[in-house]
Amino acid sequence: MAEASSSLPERGLSRRLVEILVALLLIGIAALALWDSYGRGAGWDNGPENGFFPARVAAILAIAAGAVLVGALRREDSVFVTYGQLRLVAQVFVPLFLYVLAIAFLGIYLASALFMGLFMVMLGAFRWWQVALAVVLTPLVTFWVFELQFRVPLPKGPVEAMLGF
Amino acid sequence: MDDLNQLLLGFQVALTWHNVLFMVVGVLLGIVVGVLPGLGGPNGVAILLPLTFGMDPTSAIILLSSIYWGALFGGAITSILFNIPGEAWSVATTFDGYPLAQQGRAGEALTAAFTASFIGALSGVVLITFVAPLVAKFALRFGPAEFFGVFFLTFCSFIGMGRENKAKIVASLALGFLLAAVGLDTISGDLRLTFGAPELMKGFDFLVVVIGLFGVSEILLTIEEGLHFKGKRAAIDLGVVLRTWAGLPRYWATLIRSSVVGMWMGVTPGGAIAASFMGYGLAKRFSRRPDAFGRGEIEGVLAPETAAHAAGTSALLPMLALGIPGSATAAVLLGGLMIWGLQPGPMLFIEKKEFVWGLIASMYLGNLAGLLIVLATVPVFAAIMRIPFALVAPIILVVCAIGAFTVESSRFDIWLMLIFGVVGYVFKKLDYPLAPLVLALVLGDRAEDAFRQALLGSGGDLSVFFSNALVSSLMILGLLLLVWGPLGDLRQRLTRRGGNDQPPREIAGSGAS
Repeated sequence: MAEASSSLPERGLSRRLVEILVALLLIGIAALALWDSYGRGAGWDNGPENGFFPARVAAILAIAAGAVLVGALRREDSVFVTYGQLRLVAQVFVPLFLYVLAIAFLGIYLASALFMGLFMVMLGAFRWWQVALAVVLTPLVTFWVFELQFRVPLPKGPVEAMLGF
Repeated sequence: MDDLNQLLLGFQVALTWHNVLFMVVGVLLGIVVGVLPGLGGPNGVAILLPLTFGMDPTSAIILLSSIYWGALFGGAITSILFNIPGEAWSVATTFDGYPLAQQGRAGEALTAAFTASFIGALSGVVLITFVAPLVAKFALRFGPAEFFGVFFLTFCSFIGMGRENKAKIVASLALGFLLAAVGLDTISGDLRLTFGAPELMKGFDFLVVVIGLFGVSEILLTIEEGLHFKGKRAAIDLGVVLRTWAGLPRYWATLIRSSVVGMWMGVTPGGAIAASFMGYGLAKRFSRRPDAFGRGEIEGVLAPETAAHAAGTSALLPMLALGIPGSATAAVLLGGLMIWGLQPGPMLFIEKKEFVWGLIASMYLGNLAGLLIVLATVPVFAAIMRIPFALVAPIILVVCAIGAFTVESSRFDIWLMLIFGVVGYVFKKLDYPLAPLVLALVLGDRAEDAFRQALLGSGGDLSVFFSNALVSSLMILGLLLLVWGPLGDLRQRLTRRGGNDQPPREIAGSGAS
């Protein structure tokens, strides 16, 4: 299946493969929903039981995903995303993933500052003081806007605890 | 006459100084949101929604709807100067807008686009002013069965009118419904589809889903294209504006045609994108020089912009009168109504008069303010696009994460945002439409409640959905719309077999480098 893409000018992930994976995933979700709904009762007991609606919707989802699956198998393959593009996307996604992970341990302020710095150094061509400015300003501005102006508490970590918030 | 009095009352509400301030702030924020990649109308409104929880509902909706208008105006800037459509319905604007900019007539194209948007929006607001109260009055007679009929019609028209692969639209809708069903079931009190996970008990909040689907995914898509935007410069001075305005009356037929198409398609859910293409196509067909289209014809900017804004504005009509949004952004605004403790639907026109008419009055004022602001500030906003992406992208992502967190003060929601960002990225690349998913997520519970209440009333007899003329015609209309699309496809396939039917989306995609 992946061989089909080798004739194309730029190599990349097969669209057909992704299309099939997504369709299978949707069918899996539909199956889970059906299993859960019928477990609680998806029938008709003087009116619909509470699994009735989700079960019907899940069945429709499974049929639609099946149609997508068949369509994907019949269509000519193309490139979903070239490996070059995928590398660029990963350059954004990996820092973003680490950022979300870091929020759990460091709180949102420190994590945001580190994320800004990492992103700017990795992907941009900034001078050191520009990066430093962004790293310092990001938590201060967000703190001022959310904590002080809108009084919305954001997740905090050990550093803020040390500062007494 | 009574409605006009109400409208005057609305102007009194909308013209208080702090509401005007919110309007201006909203329009400015909206233009930023419309210009920046990764922050479209629905996402911008979704991020700011949690911050308005404590506000007076009227001021809050004026702020948020002004962001919507601003985003609509902002979309035209990127379409014309950068050949990057800000929203799906600005795609048709790039066909003639970008060539005009390449010829050094960007100022003219922008003025025409903004003015056309204003005219389109104005016709939509006039429609809302006069038709929405009637629809609401009519809808007061609706029972659960009728409401389910309207929901059914909404979803069917999404499937029937959508330009994407039908199976994918259905899959997207169904996924939205399933996500909406997760959590506590309001009628039986049971937990559904949680599989024992406590995080899923409260269900999926549509705001978090929207921020992921429209915000994070957009950043991932933008980065694929590389990190630089190459745009044309534009300066608008009064001379250009006046000259362009002087030329507009010649196109009155196009403007009226596009407005009507837009209003019609806007009330039908999912119609704004189709409306812009239809407006463009009709203008080309009726033009005396159709060959000039696509090479920088001012009419080719006017037609889609008028239609898209007429549709975008009219999309608020069913949201206000029936509680059924006509677009993704309208769906987010509707979610806002529920969060502020307002029950969307026809009762709103009776119980919350000052809210409804304040909003309608603010639509007139917000669009006027938007036109003036956007004409005055185009160079500033075009400059935003020249800020390095490596600085803009992390700021947007941080804002998205904070936005997702503030909805329910839940750290788990930030993970959900990330997951839906990936889902949005993959779905967009595979041409799964996202608007039906959001709509089903917002409306899912209410559609199901209407369905079950109707059946409780009838003792489980399905014939309740065909029990009177009103509900039967709603259901039949829905079924007709459902088969409309597939029949049209079939006819097209039969008539131009082997022909070169290239969807317009791909033409635009190849231009956006």
